[in-house]
Formats: sequence, structure tokens, C-alpha cells
Amino acid sequence: MNSPAPPTSKWAGDAMQARLRRRYAAERRFRWFGFGAVALSVGFLLFLLVNMAAAGLSGFSQTRIAVPVDFRGSGLSINLDRMTREQAQSTLAQQGLPDLLTLSATAAFGPEGEHYLGAAAGAVARDAILGDPSMLSRQVIIDLPAASAIDVAAKGAGDAVSEAAVARLDAQGKLSSGFDTLFLSGADATDPTLAGVWGALKGSLLTMLVTMLFAFPIGTFTAVYLEEYAPKNRLTDIIEVSINNLAAVPSIIFGLLALALFINMFGLCGGSPLVGGMTLALMTMPVIVIAARNAIKAVPPSIRDAALAVGASKVQVVFHHVLPLALPGILTGAIIGMARALGETAPLLLIGMRAFVGDAPAGLCDRATVLPMQIFLWSDEVDKGFVENTSAAIIVLLIVLLSMNAIAITLRNKFEQRW
Amino acid sequence: MSEPAPTPKMPIPKMPIPKMTARDVNVYYGDKQAIDGVSIDVFRDDVTALIGPSGCGKSTFLRTLNRMNDTVPGARVTGDIRLDADDIYAPQMDVVQLRARVGMVFQKPNPFPKSIYDNVAYGPRIHGLAPAKADMDGVVEKALTRAGLWAEVKDRLSDSGTALSGGQQQRLCIARAIAVGPEVVLMDEPCSALDPIATAKIEELIHELRGRFAIVIVTHNMQQAARVSQRTAFFHMGKVVEYGATSDIFTNPREDRTKDYITGRYG
Repeated sequence: MNSPAPPTSKWAGDAMQARLRRRYAAERRFRWFGFGAVALSVGFLLFLLVNMAAAGLSGFSQTRIAVPVDFRGSGLSINLDRMTREQAQSTLAQQGLPDLLTLSATAAFGPEGEHYLGAAAGAVARDAILGDPSMLSRQVIIDLPAASAIDVAAKGAGDAVSEAAVARLDAQGKLSSGFDTLFLSGADATDPTLAGVWGALKGSLLTMLVTMLFAFPIGTFTAVYLEEYAPKNRLTDIIEVSINNLAAVPSIIFGLLALALFINMFGLCGGSPLVGGMTLALMTMPVIVIAARNAIKAVPPSIRDAALAVGASKVQVVFHHVLPLALPGILTGAIIGMARALGETAPLLLIGMRAFVGDAPAGLCDRATVLPMQIFLWSDEVDKGFVENTSAAIIVLLIVLLSMNAIAITLRNKFEQRW
Repeated sequence: MSEPAPTPKMPIPKMPIPKMTARDVNVYYGDKQAIDGVSIDVFRDDVTALIGPSGCGKSTFLRTLNRMNDTVPGARVTGDIRLDADDIYAPQMDVVQLRARVGMVFQKPNPFPKSIYDNVAYGPRIHGLAPAKADMDGVVEKALTRAGLWAEVKDRLSDSGTALSGGQQQRLCIARAIAVGPEVVLMDEPCSALDPIATAKIEELIHELRGRFAIVIVTHNMQQAARVSQRTAFFHMGKVVEYGATSDIFTNPREDRTKDYITGRYG
């Protein structure tokens, strides 16, 4: 047969060259789109991080004022040999330590000096005395935490009166700043200098613990049952669709469900990490089920065959082979679900975790709040001191999130096996 | 049975008792019939080869012999399959024990992503065959030796089984299957994923293992069937067209379809 003109002659033709150029241009364009998308998201992320760090890092520091306190003639006395620390602390309060501090501030800085000291000043002075009781017989200079207005002004965002006071104190060399240990060890308080994030952090950790204990095993076993045991019929189809839909249900609805179920029906302790954790477990479970099912599906059937063929029972196949191989995927899904739960506020509003909780929860049934809720509550406050508390709490929340992800990646790499 | 010529190449003087018998076996996947009235005997001292074009049901039939088809949704088996005298589809037959008695090697090497030692020890361990560590070491060594792998892996038993070459992996799978002391070993195209050298080693191994237990091997490779087996069944469209001594099937087939397939006219 006679073939038409040899096709090789066309490769150098104009039409072919133009097509080639278009193809290269399309590829270049696509690469730039991709690069642009990445740059945009990285930019937003950087903006967020820088913004948070700038606003929030000052929340971890505290302005202190050097106040000369003369204990001679104050009548304060404690005997640490015969008193416990708690007794000594209450004795000092009864003997008028707070008043003495106010008097000292007034004496040093004039009439408005009584507004300079923060609510935590008494506790700081008390701890200083307990550390060195001999100071009760002489005059000492103690660095006491400043009031919220002074603290904010010292960080450059205060009102005119406080700004002036800060300028004067600074000129006298009375101001210093240090790490705010109270922020990491305290719970919520009405005074921003007293307020700390530990209560909410501990609440979050306890809540996550409960969530993990409920959602992980139930979710995993649901997935195992659906993948390995359940017959493929209409009923399991409906269950599968329902679980997929559950993962997309707005979280506040889980709050309503939990309110009706756990609190009204079972009468469990509302506003506690236990109920909060169970609520978030409801929300996290579908995510874990979906991730675990995909991970189980990804285990090669040949491994199942191999185990069955040497006479492993179904349970042995699942526990000796399928689950260990699926574990990295299940963990990844679990951590994604947990990370979502950690940042969740809406369902917890409904079960009573939106409350002022002045103490870190001691147990699972104590009233507690969680980090995102604390952030929400503080962002609602009028006092300017809470602004930096809010940002600092956001930083704490992000650190917890990042550490959780780091743990997830470590675990995944540890369990990951190749086949 | 009316063939007058006796088969001098068959070294079996009188008909031994078959290890496994299949009578009128039908397999359905849903509405589709995959196997139609297959009857075959498997003998303890023989290697039985199942040959036939793709999709003819030979692998399906193989998987009915240790009830691996149970795991396929919608699969249904009728007919009578016996291991010695036991009906393997009887309700009182324990499928876990059955699979320990009838081991299987698959088309693609599928070692567990565990150490070589654990791959071999897994079967004996779950069946409690070697409670003491020293016993287990012995079982593992024996199985690996029989599979012709001991010399190659004895210094790295704790390495992952998946790190071995393809041929070694397949021999590891054979070691894993024989470690539980099966009476029958089923091989589903064990060499189709291997190169010629690895294939030759597996075939050699099949020769050595012959006689310890009955071997049933599915193969696409006509020469392989001729080399390793004493009996051959030719499957076509879910039916056994011809079953007999390998020498007869390959030199003197009774059926035209068998002849066409063996001579490469189709399949």
C-alpha cells in the first residue's frame, strides 16, 4: 500500500512548532498558578503567625514596679517553724499585708499610687516574705506586678493617664518586666493580670483525653466491623451513608444532641471535661471511622489471603495483620479529628462549658472550660489587659495543636511499614 | 477409560487412594457459574497441574480446595470435595484447621511485612505447634531448609521478608505454607511473577517437595506443567475437558480442544 507523505516531514512545520509553543506555554502557566497558590497560602499563614506572635507574646510578660516596703512597725509576723505555708499565707493576709502594700505604693508614688499595683501584688509579696521571713524586720524593695492599666500602657497601648504614670515611673527607673508565670499557672479571673491559661489548657487536655478514649476505639472498631465483617447489603449502605453525612453535620448540632442525651437524659455532670469530651467524641467518631475504613481498605488483600491461607481466623487476620498495617492511617485520621475537636467551641457552648471557671479542673467531673472557649470569653472582655491575654491564649492553643500533629507524625513514621 | 494402551511412564502400579476428591463441583459467583461439574482426584505422591486459558476457572477451582472462595462475597460452591474422608464443606468442618491442612501459595509473592523468621513462624505460632522458642527455631529452620532458602537467609532471619528478591519471597511463602505441616499444598501460578532463574528454583523445589504432600499447581506455562506434574487437568470454560497422566495429556490428548491448546492454537 502506498502511504501518504512521510509524517516526519511535519515535525519541523510551522503548525507543529506553534503547537509545541502552546504546549510549553500551558505547562509554564500551570506551574505559575500552582506556585501562586502556594505562595498565597504561605503568605496568609505567615501573616497569621506574625500577627499572633506580635500581639500575643507580650501577654507572656508582666510589668513590675519596684515598691519600697517598710515592714518595721507593720506588726506583720509569721513563724514558719510552727506554721504550714497555707497558715502563714492566711496569717499575712489577716495581718493586713494588702493594705500595707497599698500604703507603701501611695507613700512612694503619691495618691494615685494605690491604683498602680495589680491584683496579684499581694500574692507576689506574700511569696517573697515566705521565701525570706527576715525581711519582715526591715525595709525592702519588692518588684510587684503592675495593675492592668499600667501594664497595658507600658506595652504601648494604654490611655493618657496611665501613659503619664508609666513615663514617670520609667523615669525613676522603677519599671521592669519579667515572665508572667501566673499566666501559665492560673485560671480565669476578672482581673487580666491575674487571669491565666492553665485552667483552660488543663480543661482542654482532659477533654481531649476523654474524646480520644471514646472516639478512637469506637471509631476503629466500627470501621473494622464495616470493612471486615459486615455483609454488603442495603442496611450497611445506609449506615455508610449516614456516617459520611455525620462527618459533615454542623458541630453545634452535636452540642444539642449531647445536651439532650448526656445531661438531660443520663444526668451527667454538665460543663465538665467528661461531657465535653463525650460531645466532641460524637463529633470526631465519623471522621475516625472514615479514615480508618480507608486505611483498612488500603491494606493489600494479598496480606489477608496470606494469613487466611496459613489458617488464621478472621479475628487473627484483623488483629495480627490488618490493624497493624492500617494503624498509621487510622492515627492520622484520629489526629485530624482530634485537632478539629481541640478547636471546637460551638457544641461546648450548649453543654455549659461557657462559664467563668476560676480554678483549673481537678477531675473529669469538675466544671471546666477549654482553650478556644477561653479565647472567646476573653475576646469579649472590656478591659484592655484581656486583649493580649487573648492573643497569648491563641499562641498556647496553636502550640498544643502543633505538638499534637508532631506526635501524630512521629507515631505514623514509627508504625509505618512497607510492603 | 476405554483406552487400551497402558501408560508405561506412569510409575504407579495400582491406583492409590486419592488424598482429595472433588465430585461434580459447581462454583457460582452470584448468578454466574464459574465452575461446571468438575470431578478430579488429587494424589498424595503426585503433582497435579491445572492448565487452561485465562478465565477458565482453574484458579477458582483451586481456591475451593481450601475454601478460600468463602471470602469472596456471593461465591457459592456445590458438589462434594473431600480431604481423605472428610467433606470439607460440611458444617462441622473447621475452616481454620482445613487451611492448616491444605496450604496455599499465591501468584504474587505475599510475605507479611514482618521478619523472615516471623513470616515462617506465624502459622505454627497461631496453631500452637511449637510452644517453646527452641522448638519454633527448629520448625522455622526445617521449613526454610525444605523451601531451599535456609542457606540464603540464615544470617538475616530478623530482616523484613519484603526485602528479599521476588524469587526468594516466593520461596519464603512456600516455607510459610509448609511450616504448619500441611497435607496438601495449592500453588496458584507461583512462578508467573518470577524471572526464569527464580522459576527454575521453584520448579526444582516442587520436585523435592513431591511425595511429602500432595501438590496442586495452576500454571499458564505448558512446559512447566509438563516438567513438574504427573497429572494434568485441562480446564476450559469452567469444565474439565481432560484429566489424566501428564505424559498422556501432552503426547496423546484425547480431545481436540486439549490438543489445540497444548499446541498453542489458542489460549
